[in-house]
Amino acid sequence: MEAGGQAAKSAPRQLLSGDEAVALAALDAGVALGTGYPGTPSTEILESFDALGGRAQWAPNEKVALEVGLGAAFAGARVLVTMKHVGVNVAADPLFTAAYTGVSGALVLISADDPGMASSQNEQDNRRYAVAAGLPMLEPSDSQDAYDFLVAAMALSERVKLPVMMRMTTRVCHSKTLVERRGGLPPAKAPTYERDIPARVMVPGYARPAHRKLRTRLAEVQKEHERSPLNLWKKGDPKLGIVTHGITWEHVQEAAPGASAFRVGTSWPLPVERLRQFAASVERCLVVEEGDPVLVEQLRAAGIPVEGKPEMYRFGELSVERVKRIVAGDTSPEPPPLKATPPRLCDACPYHPVYDTLRRLDCIVAGDIGCYTLGVMEPYRAMDTCVAMGASMGVGLGLRHVLPEAQARRVVSIIGDSTFVHSGINGMVEMVYNPPSTGHVVIVLDNGTTAMTGQQEHPGTGRTLDHDATGKFSIEGFARACGLQAVDVVDPVADPGGFEALLKQRLAGGQLSLIVARRPCILAAADIRKFEKVNAEKAAAGCRTCGASDEVAISSGLTVLDGRKGKA
Amino acid sequence: MSRVVNVVVAGLGGQGAIKASDILADAACRAGHDVKKAEIHGMSQRGGSVTSDVRFGEKVLSPMVPRGEADFLVVLDPDQVEVNRPVLRDGGLVFGPDFVDEKTLTNRKSLNVALLGALSHHLDIPEASWLEAVRAALPERLHDVNEKAFRVGRATAARAAKP
Repeated sequence: MEAGGQAAKSAPRQLLSGDEAVALAALDAGVALGTGYPGTPSTEILESFDALGGRAQWAPNEKVALEVGLGAAFAGARVLVTMKHVGVNVAADPLFTAAYTGVSGALVLISADDPGMASSQNEQDNRRYAVAAGLPMLEPSDSQDAYDFLVAAMALSERVKLPVMMRMTTRVCHSKTLVERRGGLPPAKAPTYERDIPARVMVPGYARPAHRKLRTRLAEVQKEHERSPLNLWKKGDPKLGIVTHGITWEHVQEAAPGASAFRVGTSWPLPVERLRQFAASVERCLVVEEGDPVLVEQLRAAGIPVEGKPEMYRFGELSVERVKRIVAGDTSPEPPPLKATPPRLCDACPYHPVYDTLRRLDCIVAGDIGCYTLGVMEPYRAMDTCVAMGASMGVGLGLRHVLPEAQARRVVSIIGDSTFVHSGINGMVEMVYNPPSTGHVVIVLDNGTTAMTGQQEHPGTGRTLDHDATGKFSIEGFARACGLQAVDVVDPVADPGGFEALLKQRLAGGQLSLIVARRPCILAAADIRKFEKVNAEKAAAGCRTCGASDEVAISSGLTVLDGRKGKA
Repeated sequence: MSRVVNVVVAGLGGQGAIKASDILADAACRAGHDVKKAEIHGMSQRGGSVTSDVRFGEKVLSPMVPRGEADFLVVLDPDQVEVNRPVLRDGGLVFGPDFVDEKTLTNRKSLNVALLGALSHHLDIPEASWLEAVRAALPERLHDVNEKAFRVGRATAARAAKP
């Protein structure tokens, strides 16, 4: 193939997605624990890390994942925490104060953003989080970068004792490009507990000096970023210089091959002085960034005159075509996107009878995030709100509180099993604490998996990330413990008429009620049966390492497994 | 600099468009090319449209094929052919689901690999690299069916290319 030239090849290059590259780097960087909550486009990181032999686990939500990660990093371990962009909102509370406490080992938080909203409810730009929380942020452009930057981020975190954020986007997470496996990091010290109360107990007396210390550390990181090899300066035509970041770097090189270009890899703190030199070296300095004008604002605040992109390019992903338009200052209407067939509920999805019933009963449906959000599509149009993970609970209650009684009685909160465990739980506590006068009806669509993101396990399945048996969270058990007045578990496919009769009864009842509509996802059912069989065999062989209980197996037939009445 | 070859694979969720693009990208990689592949997963798994871009050559920059620059369009669903045609450059080739006679396939599900066979006739990737990539992407019990499908597609394209 190649005639001479290159010397003997080093390690063979692999074609990896950005997510897979992060997992490989985590292994090579000696990451002791990976934790997160599934969310497109981040999900494959922990799955790959597990497949490579790393210790990876799903948490019930992103806040818990970060807190578990923080504890491990307090003990000196190297930790990877993964989530999608909106997951960082959930984890933001510990995140901001973790900037004050810092870490003893290393902690890297992956924020997988979704510009263009391929599979998300918003396109927030999480570069803002680095600035707001005061945490260093790195941004890779392809899978090789994802590998190299994760190792660099882990090293940086360990060196400066701060959590480090690494922002990826859908195209970096899911595109496959060639990756050369490099050295990784020397082994970490074995975790051991060293008490450091002023550094880790954030009462005001300790937090005030901690904030000052954070700013001192960030000033050091800023100096380091000025010399960082993660930033690339491509010398080209002095007439045009483009400042860019992330995947856009690739588009820029293709769209304007002759231009000078600066790829910001250390997104925060910015290497402001190098960027000042870059801007001064070209006649026209244009910032081409995907999403919000984060670079433009910071550069202008530093007194560096730069040109930003027209507002129309804030929306959606950038591409080679769009970068060409930005360079040309073209604000004419863009060609419409190619017509796409929208997704829909699978033909054999167990949720069809549920949505059919909700539509026919003309319910006002406070919905949630998951496959079942597709109940909003034709032919059902049976979802009235969808805002955030777990929001169906509170939104449904709020509607019930203020609507006229006849309307209030039609309100239903509908939420998936994984989403309920993620953050629906708190809404259920609210329901018993501030019950609407008309009562309320919650339907948990329990298909036994986190279907939307590709069938991940969660605490309600009773299996860990790699499908081993573990303790199982019971949704109906939790509701009973909360004191709900009516808790039913039904199979909506086996007896749709029975489901409808029950829902009518609960809507009319004026109580606080939960209906768990339980039937496995058709895409996951075969695997679930396989996992159950393997785990049962292990248990029979005397493997008793976990606390798995003998929970009632998924029912078939309209079996009201539990219609027990509790007390409010 | 050698030109980058751009291929777009399109279909509906569950038809194997992403699997086909994985095999193509792996085959190009085995043949020594720089390769990038881009697609969107997520919602598109639920029966919606899926497109996957594969680019290979000496050096590939953006992983996404710009509209109007695809050399080849491989489509697994009849309804997705016209919708995706604008990705093609002038003179670009389409391999739609009817390019291969379904009756010649042992299993209809190997249409994706059969169309890769057709595509392979036009690409600078050795047949051995293709077959390695097919085997690496699929469980052993599916190897024979898919290798056969690949050869059916390849032969069909060879016949079609003759005047």
